[in-house]
Amino acid sequence: MAAPFLSIQHVKKSFGDNTVVQDFNLDVEPGEFVSFLGPSGCGKTTVLRMVAGFEEPTAGKIFIAGKDVTNLKPNQRNIGMVFQAYALFPNLTVAQNIAFGLKVAGASKADQDKRVAEMLNIIKLPQLGDRYPYQLSGGQQQRVALARALAPSPKLLLLDEPLSALDAKVRVSLRDEIRSIQKRLGITTIFVTHDQEEALSISDRIVVMYGGVAEQVATPFEIYNRPSTKFVANFVGTLNVLEGTVVDPALGKVRVNNDEIAVKHSLNGAKRGDAVSLALRPEAMALGDYSGHDTELHGKITDVHFLGSVIRVRVNLGAETIALDTFNNSRTPPPTIGDSTKVTFASNDVLVLH
Amino acid sequence: MRKGGAWWAWLTFAIGATYFLVPLIATLEFSMRQRNNPVFSLFGQGYSFGVFNNVFGDPRFQQTFTYSVLAAIFTILLGVLIVVPTAYWVRLRMPYLRPVIEFVTLLPLVIPAIVIVFGYIRMYGSNSMLPFLGTTGGTNVLLVIGYAVLSLPYMYRAVDTGLRTVDVPTLTEAAQILGAGWTTIIARVILPNVLIAVLSGAFLTFAIVIGEFTMASLLNRPAFGPYMQNLGANRAYEPAALAIIAFALTWGCMAMIQFLSRYAPRSANRPN
Amino acid sequence: MTEQTNVATMATPAVSKTRLPTQWLGVTPFFLFAVLFLVLPTMYLIIGAFQNSDGQFTLANIRQLFLDPSIRASYWVSIKISFWSAVLGALVGLAIALAIVRGGLPNWVRSATMTFSGVASNFAGVPLAFAFISTLGRLGLVTIILRDVFGLNLYTTGFNLLSSYGLILVYLYFQIPLMVVIITPALDGLRKEWGEAAATLGATPWQFWRMVLIPVLWPSFLGTVILLFANAFGAIATAYAFTGSSLNIVPILLYAQIRGDVLNDPHLGYALAFGMIFITGVANTFYIWFRTRSERWLK
Repeated sequence: MAAPFLSIQHVKKSFGDNTVVQDFNLDVEPGEFVSFLGPSGCGKTTVLRMVAGFEEPTAGKIFIAGKDVTNLKPNQRNIGMVFQAYALFPNLTVAQNIAFGLKVAGASKADQDKRVAEMLNIIKLPQLGDRYPYQLSGGQQQRVALARALAPSPKLLLLDEPLSALDAKVRVSLRDEIRSIQKRLGITTIFVTHDQEEALSISDRIVVMYGGVAEQVATPFEIYNRPSTKFVANFVGTLNVLEGTVVDPALGKVRVNNDEIAVKHSLNGAKRGDAVSLALRPEAMALGDYSGHDTELHGKITDVHFLGSVIRVRVNLGAETIALDTFNNSRTPPPTIGDSTKVTFASNDVLVLH
Repeated sequence: MRKGGAWWAWLTFAIGATYFLVPLIATLEFSMRQRNNPVFSLFGQGYSFGVFNNVFGDPRFQQTFTYSVLAAIFTILLGVLIVVPTAYWVRLRMPYLRPVIEFVTLLPLVIPAIVIVFGYIRMYGSNSMLPFLGTTGGTNVLLVIGYAVLSLPYMYRAVDTGLRTVDVPTLTEAAQILGAGWTTIIARVILPNVLIAVLSGAFLTFAIVIGEFTMASLLNRPAFGPYMQNLGANRAYEPAALAIIAFALTWGCMAMIQFLSRYAPRSANRPN
Repeated sequence: MTEQTNVATMATPAVSKTRLPTQWLGVTPFFLFAVLFLVLPTMYLIIGAFQNSDGQFTLANIRQLFLDPSIRASYWVSIKISFWSAVLGALVGLAIALAIVRGGLPNWVRSATMTFSGVASNFAGVPLAFAFISTLGRLGLVTIILRDVFGLNLYTTGFNLLSSYGLILVYLYFQIPLMVVIITPALDGLRKEWGEAAATLGATPWQFWRMVLIPVLWPSFLGTVILLFANAFGAIATAYAFTGSSLNIVPILLYAQIRGDVLNDPHLGYALAFGMIFITGVANTFYIWFRTRSERWLK
């Protein structure tokens, strides 16, 4: 494995008595796209701002390309940054905005023009160089902001909730565009977001943060399917939580309402009679038999929501109601409210929450 | 940002505070200098509040002050009568006129008061077609009109800002459906909605009018401004007391505006 | 059926016939008021400035403004006082506004400054003159403290409150707060992210100021300077209460002319007034021209 490009080591940040980031560690590989995901106030933005140099860590060190930048000013770090509120300079045209970093670095006018044209092509807005920011839509402004950040060829790109201010449709298309540009340029990127779908779709790795602590650092696949903490499981995706009682710890048998199911994952030393929280994703379950599903629960359908490509069904199991998704199929009629039903799933998909 | 503020910010603030507070302290000190019957002494100088009694007890003070308060009230009424229907109508039906109206309302900031009143004196003399200056009553009316012109920029801006937070077309349509006429709409629907803005403009107008000197003096009206000027030329300590009183009055008006602004709606409740 | 028709025939023509006039009827009081008491009186003076006592066109009155040494001097003193009180007021006001907006001062400092600025910007006229006489006059508190405590007699150093410099010092008392009141919202509009974006792009704070902040602030700054200039240029009460008619500035000269003390030529008075409108008008026209020409990025 190559040496990490960005290395955050034992970083801590306090404002007065209030510790917002505690002992944060992360190594980012060259060209990697890492997302910081978490609710507001979890410390993700503070970590990003320490990497950018706007905040000084209370303790710990930050290295970029092997160089200790902990005490370096933001303008000496050679980073590019995109902000939630675009932050384009209103008095400069699109082209002048993009050329800003080159101009302050003393690049020649010819070099500036060449690079600006290149960047305008990358963000697919070649005609808009002479416009002023107020003449652009939010999505266009954010693309210009991206071009401005990338124009001086920074070694590290920081994205601070760049999509949060945009409309839902623009958000998705710009998200994909950011990812494709990032891959093409191979630039190491940190992306801060509170939107789990965004993080899952765009990242090589995700850092889920809560209360100033990195709860889990893993690929999107692992974060979603193998959440290591209760917080991660709850924060990422929709989750049905079932309260059960351990029947046989050795065999993983747990009683849930009137059914007994086997759990493949460790019960963490729970003893017979202990309460245990189990979790299931809506899409891991099916109504009726399904290939590979070895476990079943019984209940009554209480609600059916038609969402287009999927149908979300709520099933009452006695003590709790769970939600599950079935694919919409034009040949089968949707389930009927009030029917008794069998809910099946693979015992391997049952998560045990800590 | 650093907690507690940057040193240069504190320094700027301290220098500014000194420049602005020292004259107030000095004026208060000056007004209270009294060798006879001092209430207390500091550094060998006796002080009392006697001069304030002199000022408040002076019948000329009472007369001129009452005159100016009345002038201010009539100015405010005239201003509201002219500005509110206009601003409302322009927002509702003639938005293309807004730049013109705005330009006109800003003119009093460009044309000095002394020039405007000079024009009045020449145009509305006793031999003219509108002989305002032929009678005392007419002159009083002209003074109020002049004050309304001076307060136009402030009144218009206050009301227009207030109207911005109201969904004028919808309110008007709602009132019309319920059978209201124009007078009812303006007086009972629009005015209550911009009342806080109107009151802010009113207090600002009051602060400007109460001590106004130029117009009152040139129209020879017994207002508070010329009285203060006259007293300044003839007395030693009373002017300082008047300055303190005037400052307190201005402060009172601004405090009222700030107090009112807490109750002002921030934005219109309109869908989308 | 007949009833409905009746209602319709009664209502429709009434609406369509009166539509255009009522539209304009709504703004008639305003324009009538503005024309009668703002535009016409001003026009009257402007036209009078170009007429002789027989009503014939002449440039003699205007020429007199330049030829009469005392009138020329009064314009010069007025422009000087207004210019310096506007520029100094704007710079100091900007510094104070920057301190409260960007200096990280506690909240109470900001609200106290804003409230006080609202008051002081309206604290002009006669009382302001009294306040400064009580402070820096021959018996003023500061004068006495300087003399008795620091052994410095202000009035032997050539200081004179009743001079143009003194008047500038006094005018600053309302000019600075007026600048604070107007420019603070403009400073609030400057986004913190602009500075951060510039920093990540490698700009030094000075480069950021030169390329972004100053160009962004410049139109509001210049506009306010011109407003302050007009504000000081037309002011008379403070100066008059201060020095009587001894200080030779245009408004005081015009005041004396209106009262019939001097000149004895109404048309020269009109010319004086015209000169005042001309100067504030030119300043404003320059501002509008500047704004439309160089600030294409403004919405």
